Amino acid sequence: MSKTINIDGQNIPFTEGQTIMEAATAAGVYIPHLCHKPGYTPHGSCKLCTVNVNGRSCTACTFPAAEGQAVINNSRELTHDRQKITQMLFVEGNHLCPACEKSGNCQLQGVAYSLNMLDNHYPHFYPLREMDASHPEILIDHNRCIFCNLCVRASKEKDGKNVFGISGRGIHKKLIVNSSSGMLKDSNIDINDCAAHVCPTGAILIKRTGYQVPIGQRIYDHKEISEVALLQEQDHG
Amino acid sequence: MKKFIHSVLAEVDYQSVRLLEILHTIQAQYQFIPTEAIDYLAEALAIPRGNIIAVVEFYSFFHLTPQGRYDILISDSITDLMLGKDNLSNYLSAILKVSIGEVRADGLVSINNTSCTGLCDQGPAGLVNGYPLARLDRPKLDEIAALITQKIPVPDWPAYLFEVVDNVRQTGLLLDSAIAKGAALKAGFARGIQATLAEIDASDLRGRGGAGFKTAVKWRICSEESSDQHFVVCNADEGEPGTFKDRVLLNSYADQVFEGMTLCAAIIGANQGFLYLRGEYRYLKAHLQETLQQRRANGLLGDNILDQGFNFDIEIRMGAGAYICGEESALIESMEGKPGIPRNRPPYPVTAGYLDKPTVVNNVETFLAAAAIAVKGGAWFAAVGTEKSAGSKILSICGDCELPGIYEYPFGVTIRQILLDCRASDVLGVQVGGPSGIFISNQELDRKLAFEDLATGGSFIIFNNTRNIFEIVQNFSHFFAHESCGFCTPCRVGTVLLKNQLDKIISGHGSAGDVVELEALSQLVKNYSHCGLGQTAANPILSTLQRYPNLYQERLKTISYEPGFDLDGALNAARQLAHRDDAAAHLAQVEE
Repeated sequence: MSKTINIDGQNIPFTEGQTIMEAATAAGVYIPHLCHKPGYTPHGSCKLCTVNVNGRSCTACTFPAAEGQAVINNSRELTHDRQKITQMLFVEGNHLCPACEKSGNCQLQGVAYSLNMLDNHYPHFYPLREMDASHPEILIDHNRCIFCNLCVRASKEKDGKNVFGISGRGIHKKLIVNSSSGMLKDSNIDINDCAAHVCPTGAILIKRTGYQVPIGQRIYDHKEISEVALLQEQDHG
Repeated sequence: MKKFIHSVLAEVDYQSVRLLEILHTIQAQYQFIPTEAIDYLAEALAIPRGNIIAVVEFYSFFHLTPQGRYDILISDSITDLMLGKDNLSNYLSAILKVSIGEVRADGLVSINNTSCTGLCDQGPAGLVNGYPLARLDRPKLDEIAALITQKIPVPDWPAYLFEVVDNVRQTGLLLDSAIAKGAALKAGFARGIQATLAEIDASDLRGRGGAGFKTAVKWRICSEESSDQHFVVCNADEGEPGTFKDRVLLNSYADQVFEGMTLCAAIIGANQGFLYLRGEYRYLKAHLQETLQQRRANGLLGDNILDQGFNFDIEIRMGAGAYICGEESALIESMEGKPGIPRNRPPYPVTAGYLDKPTVVNNVETFLAAAAIAVKGGAWFAAVGTEKSAGSKILSICGDCELPGIYEYPFGVTIRQILLDCRASDVLGVQVGGPSGIFISNQELDRKLAFEDLATGGSFIIFNNTRNIFEIVQNFSHFFAHESCGFCTPCRVGTVLLKNQLDKIISGHGSAGDVVELEALSQLVKNYSHCGLGQTAANPILSTLQRYPNLYQERLKTISYEPGFDLDGALNAARQLAHRDDAAAHLAQVEE
C-alpha cells in the first residue's frame, strides 16, 4: 500500500523523496506557484505555494511529503494571503500589463486572475530599472523581473551555462548577466537556450515574435492557470 | 594588480569558499573591488564573475565603486541615536567636508551609516577602516579629522581612540568560574566522550542564540549522521542591535569558547571547526588568531590533541556586514563564499550544513557554557535557572541606564531586578531580545527572563520616559528593510511596505484604515517569510501596537482616506519656480 498525504480532505499518494508540490501535481491538485517548475531545483522564494502542514506554514515546492501530513491548500485565508503576495510582486516592479507583449501568456497575470486580484492594493514602488536590448534576438526588461530565479537555474542546470545571476540585497535585488560588460549581447546565451524561454513574466522576451497571437486569444485569456499548469506539469510528477 | 590578486589567492590556497576573506583584502587595498580584480578572481577560482558580483553587492562592507581611503562608518543603531549620533555625524561631515553616504572628491575620506557595531554600551560608536571607535564626542572627532587631514595611517593613530572596554558589571555561573585552559578537554576525555555528552544532556543547556534548541540533542543528531566529514561552527555573527556580549566573550574568554568547540568536535567526530566572525569585529581577529596559535602550541588544537589521537583545528571566517548571516543556514552559505541567503529546510545543518556535511552551529555563549559543564558537570548547571531554562544568561544591557555593560543572571530573574542593578530609572519600556524580540512596557516589569516568558539572545535595551516610541519602532523597521536578504517576496517587499506604511502614519499622513492595514501587513510578513528575519521583522510594530494602540490612533487624521504622499509638499518645487506663495499656490491634501 502506497503512502499518502491528505490535502484538503483528499488522500494523495506520494513516493519517498517527493515534495508536497510534486505529489499534489501528480494527483491533479493545483497549488499556485511562480518560482517552481518541474524538473528544476526547487527554489522556494515566491512563497505563493505556501500551504499549511499540520498547523505549520511550509513551502509546498520544497517541503518533503511525509506520511500523516494534513495539508491545507485551499482556504479563504490562504487565497487572501496569496493574493497579497502576488500584489507585492506587482507593486515592487513596473508591471504595465496592457503594454506588455506577454499579456495573456504571463504566469504572474495568470496567478493574479486565479486569485481574483482586482487591484494592486499596495502603493507602487515605481523603481527605476533599465532595459537590456543589446542582444540581437533576446530582450531583457528588468521592470518585469520577479526574481523567481528560473532563468538562472535554466541556464545553469539545463543549458550548462551561467548566463544569469541574482545580485544585490533586499529590495535592491536585481537580475544580472554574467558577461564582461554585464550586457546580454556579450554573454554566451543562445536563442534556443532554455533560459531564453523560461521566464514566467515578460522580463525575458524573444525579439520579433511579438503579437503573433492577438491579445484576447492567449493562454490565460480563456483558461485558468490551474488547468494550464496541471496539463503542462503533470507528466513531470 | 594581477600580482597582488595572486598573492591574496595564494594566501587562501585558491579556495573559493574563502571569497569573503579575499574580497576583504582587495577592498582594503583599493577601497573597492575593481572590475579587473573580479575578472582575475573569476578566472583563477573558476567561478562565474556574476557570482562574485553577487557577493560584492550583497555585503555592506564591499563596494563596486571606490570608498574613501579613510572609510568611516557610524552606527545608526537606536542606542547610538539616543546618545546623539545624528548631531555627531553631522559635525563630522561638516569638519571633513563630505556628505554622509558620499566619498570626498579627493578620495581621501567617506562617511556612511552602518547597522549596530556591537558597541552599544560605549556609543556613539563607529568604525574606521575596520578599527573600532567608541564613546565618540566632538573633541575625538576633531582629532580624527586632523589625523585624516594629515594622512596618518589608521594603525598609527593614538591607541586610546580604538579603546574598547569589556564593562563586565555582574558575573554569575559562567563568568565567575572561567575554566583553566584545557580543563574541559581533560575532564571530557577522562570521563569519556559519550559520558560528557550525557552531562551536557543532563545540564539541559539550550542554544544561547535565542531559539533555544537543546544543545545535547543537536550534537547527538549530528554525531549520528554518517559522513566522511563533520564540522563545528561557532556563530559569532552577533548582529542583533543592542547585543555585544559575544564581543566581550571573544575578547576575554576566547580560550573557553574554543575549548567548547573542540569538545563538540570530539563528540560529533569533526576535524575542522570555524568561527564565523561578523565583519564589524574584524579588529578581534588578530587576538583570536593568537589564542588559536597558543592552543596549538599547548597541544589543545591541531594533531593528536592531549595525546588522545584526536585531530581538530579551527579557522576564522569573516563576515562582511550582513545581519542575515546570524541565521545559521545563511551563515553557512556565507562561509562557502556566497551571499548569505537562508537555505530551504529540511535538510537542517545537522544533516547537511557546511559543504552539505553534518554541521553543528552554536552561539559563542553556548560553547562557553558547554566547556564549563564538561568540567563541573550537568547538575551544577541545571541547579540554576528555571524548570524550562537551565543555567544563566549573559545579557548586553544598554540604553537609558547608569551602568550599561555585561550582566550575567540566572534564568528566571525579573526585569525589575535587572533594571535596579543597572540603575535604570523612569523606565518607559525595555526591548528584550533586540528588534526581533519584543517591546515590554513599564507595566510588565515583573515578567521573567526565560525561554518560557521573555527569551533573548542577549540584547536588552532600556528606554526612559523621554523617549519616543515611534522613533524606536521606525529605527527598527528601517533596520529590517535594510537587512532583508531579498530572497522571498513577503520579506523583500513586505519589510519595505511596513517601513513606508509606518512612516506614513508617523509623519501624520495616516487615516482611518492605515493602522488596520499596518497590522494586516505585519501578520502577512510574519506568517509567510522564509526565515526568522522576516518572521520577526514586524515584532516592533506588533508589540507596540498591542501596548500603545492609542498612540497610533492619535497620529491618524480624522478623514477616511489620506494619500500616501504630501500633495502640498510636492508642489513646493513648482512654487519656487513660479516665485509664488499665495493661497492659490497651495492645495489642501484632500477636498474639504
